Amino acid sequence: MKSPFIAVSKSEFILYLREPSAFFFTLIFPLLMMLLFASMWGNDPFPDEEFGYVDFSVPAFMGLVMVTSFIMSFTTSMAAYREKGILKRFRAAPVAPFSILAGHLSAIFAVTVAGVILLLLAGILFYDLKFWGNIFEFIFVFLLSSAGVAAMGFIPASLAPTARSGTVIANILYFPMIFLSGAALPWFMLPDFLKDISLIFPLTHAIKLMQEVWLGGPFLDYPVHIAVLLGYILAGLFVSAKFFRWE
Amino acid sequence: MDDNVVTVQNLVKHYKDVKAVDGISFSVKRGEIFGIVGPNGAGKTTTIDCIAAMHRAYSGSIDVLGLDPVSDSIALKRRIGLQQQESEIPDRLRLREAMELFSSFYEKALDWKMLLEQLNLWEKKDSFFSGLSGGQKKRLFVAMALIGDPEIVFLDEFTSGLDPQARISIWKLVRNLRDQGRTVVLSTHYMDEAEKLCDRVAIIDNGKLAALDSPSDLISAHGGYTRVYFNVGEGFNGESLSLLEGVESVINDDDTCALEVSVRSVIVEIVKKLDAMGQGLDSFRIEAPTLEDVFLNITGREVRD
Repeated sequence: MKSPFIAVSKSEFILYLREPSAFFFTLIFPLLMMLLFASMWGNDPFPDEEFGYVDFSVPAFMGLVMVTSFIMSFTTSMAAYREKGILKRFRAAPVAPFSILAGHLSAIFAVTVAGVILLLLAGILFYDLKFWGNIFEFIFVFLLSSAGVAAMGFIPASLAPTARSGTVIANILYFPMIFLSGAALPWFMLPDFLKDISLIFPLTHAIKLMQEVWLGGPFLDYPVHIAVLLGYILAGLFVSAKFFRWE
Repeated sequence: MDDNVVTVQNLVKHYKDVKAVDGISFSVKRGEIFGIVGPNGAGKTTTIDCIAAMHRAYSGSIDVLGLDPVSDSIALKRRIGLQQQESEIPDRLRLREAMELFSSFYEKALDWKMLLEQLNLWEKKDSFFSGLSGGQKKRLFVAMALIGDPEIVFLDEFTSGLDPQARISIWKLVRNLRDQGRTVVLSTHYMDEAEKLCDRVAIIDNGKLAALDSPSDLISAHGGYTRVYFNVGEGFNGESLSLLEGVESVINDDDTCALEVSVRSVIVEIVKKLDAMGQGLDSFRIEAPTLEDVFLNITGREVRD
């Protein structure tokens, strides 16, 4: 017997690669956005700083990859699976729901990592991207950020009854988040009231945390970001454990 | 050892305020083909889903292979296979990928290549799910129900929407499953199918069990009279036929005569008499009662109402 978890993640990964729009929006779109802004602002150090725009924004575009895969792709595909009866077919097999969800998520995480690697390669090749942090701390906050964003996606993914409602909810979460949390536009350019609003999103905290650690800040200096992300993780796990719908 | 592999006692299942199943009890014996028949919406799928551990909330008790579908759900699903009436797999999954995926869920999975061959799907193994016809999808889900080498196979509306040829090939498969020693529980709204295939049939109507027996016993108990028809010329008078013992009614209109008989042997007498009257027998035909008639007589409604 092979592991159901590995089998599910393998087939979900294959399915992801066969979905051209998901492929584009997760892997190509964030890369194009980064290259677009980088072509305008370059990567010369900001006044009185060592880092430039690209150094500062690569972690933000990592956030864009995360939100695209964990909110957009995950929510819409789970909702479609529910509506079509694909989850029901899984349920008839002797497999724990956890294996299905975790397998699905790990495939999406693999795609996220691929998208992040593309960003890093482009940054290094074209803009002399530099890193000031501790690599292990950064990997840790990257995982924590992914989990926090994924946990937000867990909530609609566990509940949305139809593909249509899943898409609507995903869009309602996605677009405000990418513009307000610093994923597409630098967060410091926002007016104060939008900055305040943006703090409800896990992505805002994920991006700020990744940026700070990228630029050399020790992650323990940012307990608020960590706490918000952990809060989302707990809420997401609670909702999916308690209210997950197969049909 | 108890020969019953499924025992259902007083099963009640609500969806919001609709009572889908309303107090059903029955048992399924090891090695039989057990049919659950009734019109759409009668509660067949709900009953099967409760037994196959797809619901967590119902009242009454269910025992399947000594296991409880709610508390032993995963252990039970390892020993049964369920083909659902409405389910899908992702469109862009190839058949072989799907079979490999579902094999991974079982400790002792059957060889999926052999299953696809048995179900005439081998040449489709590299196709996407979305590229299958309706009948091929049905067969794929039957293959998936068999992949865990189940002791009991549940087939829910397993031939609906299939052409007659595909139906017949699936019937053959179902009989093979029984010959392999498996128990088959199937649901259908085709009465002819249940009659031909099932060792015993439970007729369900409005969430209640209306009758349960072998098709032949159900028909002899509730099927009503055998009917005899033949065409007649002008001036034919069937009155004399009604004097024969076992002829219950004679309806004689312009060109047809229809008789209801309660004893089959009287048909010989009818034929003799018609022959003596010089009546040709070209149009003579006998219609035995079917499960369709059983359903009509028990519930007062046609199956398809």
